[in-house]
Amino acid sequence: MTRPFSSLSQLQSQLKDRSISATELTQLYLDRIEQLNPILNCYITVDEEHALERARAADQQLARGSGGPLTGLPISQKDIFCIKDTTTTAGSKMLANFRPPYSATCSTKLEQAGAITLGKTNMDEFAMGSSNETSFFGPVKNPWDLLRIPGGSSGGSAAAVAAGLCAASTGTDTGGSIRQPAAMCGLTGLKPTYGRISRWGMIAFASSLDQAGPMTRTAQDAALLLEHMAGYDPRDATSLDEPIPKYSQELSQPLSGLKIGVCRQFFSEGLDNAVETVIREAFKIFEQLGATLVDIELPNTPLSVSAYYVIAPAECSANLSRYDGVRFGHRCSDPKDLQDLYQRSRGEGFGNEVKKRILVGTFALSAGYYDAFYRRAQQVRRLIKNDFVEAFDHVDLIIGPTAPTPAFKIGEKVDNPVDMYLQDIFTISANLAGLPAMSIPAGQVEGLPVGLQLIGNYLQEGTLLRAGHQFQQATDWHQLTPDIEL
Amino acid sequence: MTDLVNETLLKDLTTLAQLPFEPEQVSSTLSAINEVLELVTQLENAETAEIAPLAHPLERQQVLREDAVTENIDRSQLSRNAPSFEDGLYFVPKVIE
Amino acid sequence: MTIPAGWQVDIGLEIHAQLKTTSKIFSGASTQFGQLPNSQASVIDLGMPGVLPAVNGVVFEKAVRFGLGVGGRINRESRFDRKNYFYPDLPKGYQITQMDQPIVVGGSVTIDLPDGSTKLIALTRAHLEEDAGKSIHDRKPNYTGIDLNRAGTPLLEIVSEPQLKSPEEAVSYARVIHQLLTYLEICDGNMAEGSLRFDANVSVRRINDEALGVRSEIKNLNSFRFLDQAINFEISRQVETLNAGETLSQDTRLFDPDQLETRPMRSKETATDYRYFPEPDLLPVVLSERYIDEINKEMPELPQVRTQRYHSAFALPLADAQLLAQDRRLADFFDETVAKTQTPKTTANWIKGDLLARLNEASLTIAESPVTSEQLAELITMVDQDTISGKIAKDVFGALWEGRTTSASAYVHEHQLEQVSDQSALEPLIASLLKEHPKQADDLKAGKDKLMGFFVGKVMQATQGKANPKQVNDLIRGKIDQR
Repeated sequence: MTRPFSSLSQLQSQLKDRSISATELTQLYLDRIEQLNPILNCYITVDEEHALERARAADQQLARGSGGPLTGLPISQKDIFCIKDTTTTAGSKMLANFRPPYSATCSTKLEQAGAITLGKTNMDEFAMGSSNETSFFGPVKNPWDLLRIPGGSSGGSAAAVAAGLCAASTGTDTGGSIRQPAAMCGLTGLKPTYGRISRWGMIAFASSLDQAGPMTRTAQDAALLLEHMAGYDPRDATSLDEPIPKYSQELSQPLSGLKIGVCRQFFSEGLDNAVETVIREAFKIFEQLGATLVDIELPNTPLSVSAYYVIAPAECSANLSRYDGVRFGHRCSDPKDLQDLYQRSRGEGFGNEVKKRILVGTFALSAGYYDAFYRRAQQVRRLIKNDFVEAFDHVDLIIGPTAPTPAFKIGEKVDNPVDMYLQDIFTISANLAGLPAMSIPAGQVEGLPVGLQLIGNYLQEGTLLRAGHQFQQATDWHQLTPDIEL
Repeated sequence: MTDLVNETLLKDLTTLAQLPFEPEQVSSTLSAINEVLELVTQLENAETAEIAPLAHPLERQQVLREDAVTENIDRSQLSRNAPSFEDGLYFVPKVIE
Repeated sequence: MTIPAGWQVDIGLEIHAQLKTTSKIFSGASTQFGQLPNSQASVIDLGMPGVLPAVNGVVFEKAVRFGLGVGGRINRESRFDRKNYFYPDLPKGYQITQMDQPIVVGGSVTIDLPDGSTKLIALTRAHLEEDAGKSIHDRKPNYTGIDLNRAGTPLLEIVSEPQLKSPEEAVSYARVIHQLLTYLEICDGNMAEGSLRFDANVSVRRINDEALGVRSEIKNLNSFRFLDQAINFEISRQVETLNAGETLSQDTRLFDPDQLETRPMRSKETATDYRYFPEPDLLPVVLSERYIDEINKEMPELPQVRTQRYHSAFALPLADAQLLAQDRRLADFFDETVAKTQTPKTTANWIKGDLLARLNEASLTIAESPVTSEQLAELITMVDQDTISGKIAKDVFGALWEGRTTSASAYVHEHQLEQVSDQSALEPLIASLLKEHPKQADDLKAGKDKLMGFFVGKVMQATQGKANPKQVNDLIRGKIDQR
C-alpha cells in the first residue's frame, strides 16, 4: 500500500519501527494537500505550522518510546468540530471567520491520544445536504470521478481520506452524512449509537439526531478511532455513561452464529439495479464467513424520510436562531434597527438550503401545524424505533445498501431536492432510532464505489466493527484507490 | 394538492425565523417548501393513535450536576468574535420599548 | 382602591423568582449580582456554536420545596422545552423553560384581606426556566448594550389562577409568596436587585358578566408599590376605555413609575407564536420518592402556621406572633430559646425588645447575633427565677452582647449581682431609710404614692441595684402601714 493510502494501523507500525518519521509523514500529506486540494476542494483550512509542530513533538515521543496509540497519525476533522483558536466555519459564510475559544470534546480526545489535525474539511452548510454542494466554500469533487459529488454532508472528509490527503477523518451523521459519503468514496464510515460520542463543541444541526464518527480506510481503523472518540461527557447530557469496549481488540472473533437481517424495505423501488447486484453478492461473503441471513420487516421505515424532514428542520430552526450577528458570526453592514440586523445578517450569512430548512422547521412547529407535523413525526419516530427493537430480538445485525445509487454528477440533483433527500432513504432510520450503523465498501458500479450498510443494536458497535473487519479480511474493495494524481 | 404554505404564511414564517422576506424569491421559495411538505404528508398514512411521541432516541434520564462555579470566564477571549463589543457590552441598534 | 361601581376585576400574577444558587441553571458560571458586564457569561450563557446545557440539581430541590410549601403536586417526571423568539438579551434565540410537564402543578396559599378575613388563592403551576440578560439603553447613543451576566440565572416562575380581585389582594398575595420564598430559602427576595419580579395579568368585566374580559399583561414590576400602582392605573384605564364604548385589545405593557401609567410594549405588538417543543439537549428529570421524602422531612414550619402557633399555643398577641414568625431564622431562635426558658411571653419581650433593638442598631441579622439562644435563655431563666432583677438583667445582656462574658450566670456570680431578696438584709435597710427621711415617710403614708419611687431608688442605690424591686416595694409598704 503506498503511503498516503496506508491505513492507520499500517502507519502506526511504520512510525513505531521508524521506517518513517511523524514529520515526514505529516509533510507527505501536506504536500499532497497543496497539490490536490485546489482540484478536490476538500479542505477549508489547512493548519501547516501547527501540524508540523505537533509532528515534531510526536517524533520526540516516538524516539523515547513514550507515544500514545494515535501519536503521529495525521487526520483531518470536519469543519463542524470547534477546534480552539482555529477557524471553524460549518461550511457557512455565517461562520467564515469564527475562531472558537473552546474545542469539541471528541476532537480534543483524538489530539490528546496523539493524532495530528492537518486541517478542517469542507462540508455541506451546517451539515444540511447529501452532496457537499451547499457549502459556502464551493463543492467538493469525488476523487473517483471529478465530475461527481463525494456525498454529503461530510463530503470533504470522505474525499480527503479517499484521495490520500489524510490517513483518516472525523465526520458527523444526522441522516446519513458519514455513511453516504463513505459509500460514495469507497471508505468505512461509522455512526455510533446516539450518545456514544459527546456532542460538546460540535456545531448543532439537529440535536436528537447528530452524532460524530470516524471515516477511515478500514473497519480496524474505525475501531481504533472510536475507542478514543467515545465516552461519557458531563457537558453533554445526552452522552451515555457506558464503558468503552476495546473495539480494536475484539475484531477477530469469527462471524459464525451471527444472524443478519435482510430488510425488504431496503430493497425498494429507488434502489439502482446495479447497486442491488453488488449488495446481494456481498451477502454471500457474509454467509461464507459463517453468518446466517434472515428475512426481516421494518414496516415503518418507508416513512423515515418524511419523519426526518420534519424533525431535523424543526430542531435546526431553533439551533440556528443563535446566529444573529450579535456575539459572533456574520453581521450585515450598517444595520438600521434590530430587525434589519437580524434579517440581513441571517439572509446574507445563510445559503438557500439552510434558509429553506429553517422555514420548513418553523412551519412544522408553529401553532396549528405542530400536532399534524412535529408531534406526528415524533410518533412515527417511535414506530420506526419499535420496528428495530422487534427485529433485534431475532437478529444481531441488519444489512442493506447504504445509498440507492453510486455518486451522481455535480449539479445533477441540485434542482431536484426531493430526489436529493431520497439519497438518505436507507440511512435515516438509524438516526431516528439512535442505532449504530456503518458503511463499508462492497464493490463497484462502473468504476464507482458502492457501500454496504450494517445496522447494529444499541451499543453494539463492536459487533458492527467485527463484521466489517471480517468482511474486509475476505475482500479487498476497501483497498482500491482512485486514480488521482496530477 | 393545494400548497400548504402560501405567500401570507411565508411572510409570517420569515418574521418568526427572522429571515428576510424577498419578494423576487417568493415563488421559488414557496415551491421549494411545499415540495418538502408534500414529501412529509406521507406521515398521514401512519397509525399513530395511542403512540407517545419520541423526543429522545435513547430513553434515559437527566443527570443533575452539583451547584458549583466551574467557569473561569475570560471576557476578552469570549468576545473576540463579536462584531461590536465595547466596555464589556455587546452592542445592537437601539431597542425602544 | 375602590373598584368602579358595576365592575369587577380579575387579576392573575406570574411571579419570577431568582433561585438562590451558586451557579446558573444550565452552566457553571456564577450568579453573583453586580459584577462587571459579561464577566459571568460563559460560552453556554452566550449560546455559542456547539455548546450544550447541563442541569444544576439544586434548582429542583428548591422547586420541590416550594411545591411542598404550597401543597401542590410534584411531577415525579418533568421536562424542559424550548420557547422560541428573537431578542438581544436571549442569546440562543430560545429560552429553555418547562411548558408541558412542569415540576409543580396546582397548590394554594392563604392571603389576608383588609377586613381581617382570609382568602385561598389557587396556583396554576410553578416551573423552572432560565433568566435572560439585560439591555442597557443609555451607554451609547442609538445603540443598546447587552449584558449577559443574568442570562442563565435560574428562575422559578409561579403562576396564580386569576382569582385576585383587587390591587390590595394582588399585593397581599405577592407578599405571601415573597415570605414563603425567603422562608424556604429558595430566593433572597431582594427586589431591588431583581431577585423577584411580577407580571400582572389584569382584566375587567361587568359585575354580572360570566366571561373574563380582555386582559393586559403588565411586565417586570419589581416592587409591591409599583405592583399596586400599575394595577390601579390599569383598572382605571380599562374601565374608562370600555365605558367610552371602545374595545380593548389583548396586549403586553410596561409600567412607567414616573408617569404612573402603563404603556404597550413595542416588541410585543403582534402576538408571537413561541413554537414550544421538547428540549432535545436535555433528558426528562425523574425524581424518586425518596428524594421527595427527604426534602419533605426537612421542611420548616411555614410562617402562617408558625404565627398561629405562637398566637394560640403561646398566647402571644397576634402582632407579636407575626413579628417573630415572619423571619424564619428569628423564629427558629425564638423557638430554641423558649424550649429552654419555657416562658414564651417573657422570651418574646426580650427578643422583640432588647435583642431586635440592638440588632437593628448594628445592622445585623439574627444569624449574626453575638448573643446565642442558649445565652439568652440562661439570662431569661435567671430573671424568671428572681435570681437577678430585671434592671440588672439588662446590664448582663449588655455584657453578653459586647462579649465581656459568655455566660450570664458566670458574670452575675463574678460581680455578685444576685438579687437581694433576703428579707433580713432588706428590712433593716428600709427601716433606717424611713428613719432618715421621716417627712417623705409621712407623705407616703398620707397617700403620696410617688414617694415610693424615692424610697425604692434609695434602696437600689444602697444595694447597687441588686434589691428585688417587688420585695422592696412590699416591705416598704408594710413598714409604712405599720407607722
